[in-house]
Amino acid sequence: MSREGWLNIAVLLALVAVPGWALVADEPFTITLATRAVILALAAAGLNIALGVGGLVSLGHAVFFGLGGYAMGILAFHAQSYAPMEFFGVSVPGTKAMPVIWLVALVVSGLAAFFIGLLALRTSGVYFIMITLAFGQMFYFFSISWAAYGGEDGVSIYVRNGFPGLNTLVPIQFYGLCLVVLLAVLALTAALMRSPFGLALNAARQAPERVRAVGLDPVRLRLAAFTLSGAVTGLAGALFADLNRFVSPSMFSWQLSGEFIVFIILGGTARLFGPVIGAAIFVLMEHWLGQLSEYWHIWFGLLLLAVTLWGQGGVIGLLTGRAKAHD
Amino acid sequence: MSPTLIAEQVLNGLQSGIMLFLMAAGLTLIFGVMGLINLAHGSLYMVGAFCAAATAAATGSYALGLVGALAGAAAAGALIELAVIRRLYGRDHLDQVLATFALILIFSEGTRWLFGSFPLYLDVPPALSGPVTLPFGIQYPLYRLTLIGAGLALAAALFWLIGRTRLGIRIRAGENDREMIAALGVNIDALYTLVFALGAALAGLAGALVGTLQSVQVGMGEPVLILAFVTIVIGGIGSIRGALVGALLVGLTGTLGSVFLPEFFKLFMPPSEATQTGSALASMAIYILMAAVLVWKPTGLYGVRT
Repeated sequence: MSREGWLNIAVLLALVAVPGWALVADEPFTITLATRAVILALAAAGLNIALGVGGLVSLGHAVFFGLGGYAMGILAFHAQSYAPMEFFGVSVPGTKAMPVIWLVALVVSGLAAFFIGLLALRTSGVYFIMITLAFGQMFYFFSISWAAYGGEDGVSIYVRNGFPGLNTLVPIQFYGLCLVVLLAVLALTAALMRSPFGLALNAARQAPERVRAVGLDPVRLRLAAFTLSGAVTGLAGALFADLNRFVSPSMFSWQLSGEFIVFIILGGTARLFGPVIGAAIFVLMEHWLGQLSEYWHIWFGLLLLAVTLWGQGGVIGLLTGRAKAHD
Repeated sequence: MSPTLIAEQVLNGLQSGIMLFLMAAGLTLIFGVMGLINLAHGSLYMVGAFCAAATAAATGSYALGLVGALAGAAAAGALIELAVIRRLYGRDHLDQVLATFALILIFSEGTRWLFGSFPLYLDVPPALSGPVTLPFGIQYPLYRLTLIGAGLALAAALFWLIGRTRLGIRIRAGENDREMIAALGVNIDALYTLVFALGAALAGLAGALVGTLQSVQVGMGEPVLILAFVTIVIGGIGSIRGALVGALLVGLTGTLGSVFLPEFFKLFMPPSEATQTGSALASMAIYILMAAVLVWKPTGLYGVRT
């Protein structure tokens, strides 16, 4: 097995062992911290499908994260206030059931990703980065002025949504649920990277002309990747909203989109576990450096700068000592 | 809706557009010449505003505040170019986005550490306060009118600098073929530092000028940064002319939209709903404009490169 394979196994073990230890030692806060890392890792794993394999630098992935969050917020809000939603004369009740919420989050953010991708993929390079950023701002400002769901103040949910057979109010059970979702998405990504679709997408990043020459449409490949990527990030948004029992326009903020990219690069671009390691480091730094200094963002910024300037390949590249995974 | 109100709002749109041009010009110059996406451009705007507020508070002079803003932002720009930015030329855009994102974190938290979380205030100089009466009886703040004038003068100076001077020729040559002008004996490293400092000074000046209209605080650069990106993407990246046209379009769309869209919806909606729909749409209007332009012309109005 390669060194990266061993590293991945070590990360997997840590994902089980750390919360397990926290459970035994009765440290619920550590479990919450780990849950936060796992959910952020899921969001970044979603982005990684577009960015790592497809080379699509989206600076607007918080759109999908926020849409997933609002899907949860709106459905649960209507369930807790017993007021059905009106869609063109049809009454739809809200719900507190996670499977339904997840499905809605996946569909809504996937559809949004499809339409945004349709427009954004007409451009490339810097224009693509900027147009995704602009779509992010569009949603951000829309959510701020959307008074029906709290505007700037967002929506609070009093009780965490339920999952059949589990008590999601128990931190370790909710953590387990999130971890299973993350692992499922990572398995899907791994399968995707090896599938004909993944190989063609990879090729479309490296040599679009050749892909076109063998009769495939690079734009269509990218659109499919972008849609899938948006849907996964949307699912992460729904979970994140459930973790905090709160959604607000900040879930759409462009800084968050930037942080998702940071997680991927910090861990290692186009590596399966890159987003997981990156998100875990971020959450740990936020926690530890945040205790040491109110201005921890300075130290985080310096670390990020160092990784970008000198540490190509991220933490995984550093630990496994292999050359960069992509050009 | 009176004609005076419309005229006033058009002037407001013009003023915000011209300030945006100062930001966008630096951004597009840096992208055009060096191929670099600089997310930290908004931080230089913030640095300018803070330097102006601190200098004006220490000396009591608004003019010295402006000098402080120019000097501070140019110095900060030159410093980050020498320390960080020059390692990023020729890297892919992803690395540039990340490294300059890191610079935003460092600048924002650094400023918070130095000045605290409370906003500073920069007063309009007494000589420029109060309204003036324009033709047709339009009352308009003298300070905003001065901003329009100063911005137009700066825009003219910039066009002259890029189009007519030796430095401008070198900048444009650097845009086209870096190796060739280096071979012709131009010190390309110094040229890049200069262009970056120039862009930074423009951003800093914009920050100081706008800082009197709103409070000077950490995070003030980011909304403007995004508007400036929208501007150059609409205009076509690398084109100064595009930046001017884009800035005016964005400034006018943003200002007029926020005033007139709610009014427009009131024509066929209950007032409270109209205000809400109108202001929601207004805050999205410029992004819709940008998406529309890109769908129509994927490289912007005056863009050539892909």
